[in-house]
Amino acid sequence: MSEIHAHTTLYVRDTMIDQQVPPLTQKGGVKWVRENLFSSWLNIVLTILSIAAIWYIVSHLAPWFLNSVWNAGSLTECREILAAHSLVGDAGGACWGVIRDRWTQLLFGFYPPEFYWRSILALGLLFVALLPVLFPQQISSRFYIFSAIYPFLMVWLLWGGSFWVPILTMAGFGAGYLAYRVIFPFGGAIAATVAAILGTLLWWLVAMPLINDTLHRIVAESRMEETRAARVVLQETLPAQIEEIDAARNAINAQIAETVARKDEILRPIIAEQVRRSAVPLLADVSASLADLSEQSQASDLAPALIIPKRMFLPFATDRASESLAPLLTEIKAAVSVNITEANLADVQASIAPLKANIIEAQAIAQADPMPDATLAAAQAEFDTIMRQLTSLRENLTALGADHFRLSEQKRAADGLVRNIDTLTQNLANLPDLRATAEQARADLPESVALLEAVPSGSARSNYEAEDLTALQSVLSAEQGLIAADSAVRSTYNEVGRIGLEPVPSSAFGGFQLSLVIGVTGIVLSLPLGILLALGRQSNLFIINKVSVGFIEVIRGVPLIVWLLTAQFLLNYFLPPGTTFDLVLRVIIMVTLFASAYIAEVVRGGLAALPRGQSEAADALGLDYWRSMRLIVLPQALKISIPGIVNTFIGLFKDTTLVLFIGLYDPLGLAGTIRASTDWNGVYWELFIFIGVLFFIFCFSMGRYSKYLENKLQRENH
Amino acid sequence: MADTATEREIDHSQMKVSEEVAIQVTSMNKWFGTFHVLRDINLTVYRGERIVICGPSGSGKSTLIRCINRLEEHQAGTIIVDGTELSSDIKNIDKIRSEVGMCFQHFNLFPHLTILENCTLAPIWVRKTPKKEAEEIAMHFLTKVKIPEQALKYPGQLSGGQQQRVAIARSLCMKPRIMLFDEPTSALDPEMIKEVLDTMIELAEEGMTMLCVTHEMGFAQAVANRVIFMDQGQIVEQNEPREFFNNPQSDRTKLFLSQILGH
Repeated sequence: MSEIHAHTTLYVRDTMIDQQVPPLTQKGGVKWVRENLFSSWLNIVLTILSIAAIWYIVSHLAPWFLNSVWNAGSLTECREILAAHSLVGDAGGACWGVIRDRWTQLLFGFYPPEFYWRSILALGLLFVALLPVLFPQQISSRFYIFSAIYPFLMVWLLWGGSFWVPILTMAGFGAGYLAYRVIFPFGGAIAATVAAILGTLLWWLVAMPLINDTLHRIVAESRMEETRAARVVLQETLPAQIEEIDAARNAINAQIAETVARKDEILRPIIAEQVRRSAVPLLADVSASLADLSEQSQASDLAPALIIPKRMFLPFATDRASESLAPLLTEIKAAVSVNITEANLADVQASIAPLKANIIEAQAIAQADPMPDATLAAAQAEFDTIMRQLTSLRENLTALGADHFRLSEQKRAADGLVRNIDTLTQNLANLPDLRATAEQARADLPESVALLEAVPSGSARSNYEAEDLTALQSVLSAEQGLIAADSAVRSTYNEVGRIGLEPVPSSAFGGFQLSLVIGVTGIVLSLPLGILLALGRQSNLFIINKVSVGFIEVIRGVPLIVWLLTAQFLLNYFLPPGTTFDLVLRVIIMVTLFASAYIAEVVRGGLAALPRGQSEAADALGLDYWRSMRLIVLPQALKISIPGIVNTFIGLFKDTTLVLFIGLYDPLGLAGTIRASTDWNGVYWELFIFIGVLFFIFCFSMGRYSKYLENKLQRENH
Repeated sequence: MADTATEREIDHSQMKVSEEVAIQVTSMNKWFGTFHVLRDINLTVYRGERIVICGPSGSGKSTLIRCINRLEEHQAGTIIVDGTELSSDIKNIDKIRSEVGMCFQHFNLFPHLTILENCTLAPIWVRKTPKKEAEEIAMHFLTKVKIPEQALKYPGQLSGGQQQRVAIARSLCMKPRIMLFDEPTSALDPEMIKEVLDTMIELAEEGMTMLCVTHEMGFAQAVANRVIFMDQGQIVEQNEPREFFNNPQSDRTKLFLSQILGH
């Protein structure tokens, strides 16, 4: 055998090679670095440049972050603390004191501090409500009920009011459904849908206020007396409590003044020592320059004139000393290289003459008795302790201030309510008369002014007869009297008859809470609306198609800020006179409409990417349009659109900061007011970093969720 | 491939054609824009009949069967399916569609649903069958097309032939009285065609009314009661398969047959 092989085969392997360990360059970290960082010359250059750039940025930012100051009540104090701990000249550091002082404001705006729990609870429940939506497979679908209730719960928690208001609001959908069921057998789907919408609106605008007022009235009448008694007790006890708080505030203020004085006393020698220590190397530097200069000037006649100027450039003794010292030193060095002639000698001397006094001071500082390191450290430690005390004193003061404000408000409310209760019977008795008078007066008005809503002013006045205007004036005042009496009665009933949470007006909303309210509501509402618009744009029904296209193009083609200004100024013109329509609600509507136009386009992209066969197959199985959309087309189209949808959501959330321009206090608006205060005038990085981080957390989470969802759907379907 | 079907012993005794009319198409015309795609189509399909429609591409054969369940709208003439006339009344359309099953060239399974969900979707949402029962029906038909073990997979994990069999099972789950096949095998590899044709033959043996657009002439010879040849949007010739293949009348048919059977 082997002989034959030897003659007929070119090659036969007699031993098989076992697996060998790969060379060092083919495994682990070395392989990764070679392949990812140093694979080619271009890559090597880019890697080095990138590392250098990152190093440059980090090395400049790190000291600023590392020198963070937390215990400060103002920017000045921040600077003092920085100056106490570092040589004058490199006193750069973040002043997070502003965040510590104002974080509640940045998060909650002017929401009453005693109700922060409502805001926090609403946020916590938001996550609970989102869970079944975000992770439908891990969480039982029964929790969807909570997700559906949550929006009403949130509004109730944040804005307050009686507990039946959210229930009545939800019942509006029930009314719509009922109308749908009643009309459907007679009028078909379209008529039934219209009936459902009308039914809901009728319920909300007519039935609900009626039921709400009635409930309040019933409850109020049952406990009018006890409420009044309780408020009278408040009226009597509150002033004493407020005075007590004021006394405590005064005591703390005195303590603060005392502590500040002690702080200043301790700070002075510390700063002096820091200035001295920073003066020493600078002086050495300048001396070297002077030596250099004197060597040169030996050669010329100008020596005496120049020696003095060089020694004058040492003005310290303020905490800004080094800031002026460094450029002056540069000037000295520049002067050394300049040719000084007879002609400019007088100028140079004149310019430096005023600085002569500084020389003496500077030299005095540089030559002052040095403080031992241990003494300095002890002084610094004491200073820090004092600053901590000061911060906690200020926090106490803030808490007392909030108490004072709350109690004063309670007192004011109690006064108002007692007054209203006392005049309630009178008002109720007067109402019919007032109404009759106002109506009669309106009916008697001459035709020329009958349609006016206000007394004309200026040149317009001359178009009317004097007695007509007087008649109009009396009508308007009669009507105002009626409205005032009516609203006094209503607000009394609402206040006394409320079972639930104390109301918080929209004007108190602000900070990140406002951004979240607008952003989350906008996101939740814009998705269904956007999907409907996308379907409308794909529709074969001419009117629906054109309305959708027009809506999308108009909304998309105009900047959001224009829509927000429209919401602020113009929307009221289209509403019946006398209706007040909450500004936050208006903004939410505008933001929702704006985002839905973008969502519509993103979803349309997803719909277009789907093969026609999918909807044909659904049709062929006998699924109707809505089922085929819901079960077959949309799940796939939305899956394709996820990145675009989330992108739009992130954009929407960030765009909520634009409400700053219509006078709402989102975090950026509050940053403006904080920066306008005397304490924090000049702070900006810290505030904007804090706000940026808040937004980043939410936007980044959305991005990550989108990624997770894409991966999950990818795994499932292929 | 043509041989695969003829090899089988087909029991024609069970494949009775009744006198009852399943589909009646009368003077039907259709245009795509200005293009006259179907011209004066007259066709009567009896219950239990198996009709194969063939013809060159663009001859309107797919459009014809797509008109029968209103995936395409016709502009003139009438189509009566199971006694219900197709009009723009959506209720009628949905009723007919739920009685008429359809299989597509590209299967059109729903990729985001499992095989089982693909099969139970329509019974649950259209027929209002309870989920449990719908799943039993689905498993019955998946067993019938011989892929019950794939029930929990997604369509993307199956081969083309398996997907087409799922598509057939999905249609059968609606218990249709008529099945339409739109070139069910033309997107398949040769070895997968057989498994799909076997399934279709089995269906034919059970007496299902079938309209197949296909180029599988073996299938036509073995199973069809009638072969219809279409060209330029018109029915050019129809006959029983033996006559159609052995003794074509029209020149156009002869040319077509010589081209597809010539090699």
